Amino acid sequence: MSSKRSADQLQGTSAQSTELLQELVAHLRQNRTQLREEWANRIAEARLLTAMTKDELFAEATSVYDNYVEALATGTFEALQTYARNLSERIIPRGVETHEVVGIVLLLRDVLARSLFAKYQGDFTMLNRILDAYEPAANRIANTVAVGFVQERERVIRQQQEAIRELSTPVLQVRERLLILPIIGVIDAQRARQLTEQLLRGIRTNRAKVVVIDITGVAAMDATVANHLVQTVEASRLLGATVIVTGLSPEIAQTIVTIGVDLGKMNTVGDLQGGIEQAERLLGYKVVPVADTASS
Amino acid sequence: MLVLQDILVGIRSDVDIVLARQQGRAMAANIGFSATDATLIATAISELARNIVTYAQHGEVMMRSEETTHTKGIVIIARDSGPGIRSIHDVLRDGYSTSGGLGLGLPGVRRLMDEFVIESELRRGTTVTVKKWLK
Amino acid sequence: MEVPILKQGRFLIATIQAALSDADLLQLRRALIDKVVHFRSNGVIVDVTALDVMDSFATRTLRDITNVIRLRGAETVIVGIQPEVAFAMVQLGLTMEGVATALDLEEGLAHLQQRAARST
Repeated sequence: MSSKRSADQLQGTSAQSTELLQELVAHLRQNRTQLREEWANRIAEARLLTAMTKDELFAEATSVYDNYVEALATGTFEALQTYARNLSERIIPRGVETHEVVGIVLLLRDVLARSLFAKYQGDFTMLNRILDAYEPAANRIANTVAVGFVQERERVIRQQQEAIRELSTPVLQVRERLLILPIIGVIDAQRARQLTEQLLRGIRTNRAKVVVIDITGVAAMDATVANHLVQTVEASRLLGATVIVTGLSPEIAQTIVTIGVDLGKMNTVGDLQGGIEQAERLLGYKVVPVADTASS
Repeated sequence: MLVLQDILVGIRSDVDIVLARQQGRAMAANIGFSATDATLIATAISELARNIVTYAQHGEVMMRSEETTHTKGIVIIARDSGPGIRSIHDVLRDGYSTSGGLGLGLPGVRRLMDEFVIESELRRGTTVTVKKWLK
Repeated sequence: MEVPILKQGRFLIATIQAALSDADLLQLRRALIDKVVHFRSNGVIVDVTALDVMDSFATRTLRDITNVIRLRGAETVIVGIQPEVAFAMVQLGLTMEGVATALDLEEGLAHLQQRAARST
């Protein structure tokens, strides 16, 4: 909705402004080839986009130029926004940085402004009016492209963080139908949530019937995370799996009781070893000490 | 600012509940929410729409995307001109879960979403606005 | 849309589709009771694999079905709850206490067979 409002602002309340922009756009289209080349040279001079080859640079420069002029012509920015996102998606993996993207767009703005100075230098009044029409539009464009790039970068970073979190909390299958989830360190609500999702997916994939969640390595747990733990146990049951919680310290046991959970209902065992043995019993495995087998 | 289309679903019967949550799920997926979050959003919509059918007979669920400087998200507004809620405080107390068939499930909806605002006036109606943001 | 119910030996298997309305659920309840009586079934499996949202009404009704069918001497198992759905359910506070659940059809049948074996 606000982009439509800005479009109206850009077009101006007067037909004059629209006319000026149209003249401007015509000029930019007519001089496309040399303006684009000048811009590409300035980019090279400023040592921007060094991650790209000359051909790639030229191809992108052409797209950016055309999209830029199109945005000026139509006064709307959806197409430019989409283009900025696509461009970002392409160049971020190549290691292009924010200052480079902002840099090249500002260079384009300058190159086009200079060409306007050159064209209208004889008519100061006209130059002023054209710049009045050009400047807000050009700034809006620079903003749109920069913001699009930054948002895409942030999205990529979020994805990477998610991937790192997943890698650092493995759900281990040690026997058929038995999963172990050792939790180590500090858990916040975000990580707790992610653990739950991973575990549930793991239960489905591995067709686990018993899960041992070991929290020996967890120093402390606040009520929110304790809640998550309880929810994990409940959600696992909905998938047909029994959960055994091991390594419950007295402090954490207290936290759980404080949030109103009946510990008697939760399957808890002192340590991981004990938990695994109980799990195996539940699964119907018989646990035999090595000494016995040796003597038979 | 990129704004997707607003979606408005009239809620009159249980069939509309299904429609509203399907639309909600689709919009959530479009915005970029994970499958899990899309399910949370669809579930919240289901509960809100169900309240409308149960207590107000008819109303509407509106959903749209919203962008801030940091992130994007979904906004859902469930509105009715039904009898209204006498005590919002009671209805938001956690004893009122819907698993026993009591209450409106609102504490649950609040847990599913990031932001939760409820306005209600007796004999005028109720509006619940919830939001969830991409993290 | 009517929920298909298949007979497998002494068990009944009801498979739910995604867009399940309240009316469909109530119809399922009636149909299951009828069939349990008619076939003198020992157990019922309700497969919710295709269900993408489980809300309070669905949970209540499934609990209802379990209780009513238990009165007829048969056991019900809900199978196929998706990970995302389970997650949403516990956040919403729907735990389905008192209702047996299993991962999928195979597990559900194993569960019913175990129970049947124990009671003979």
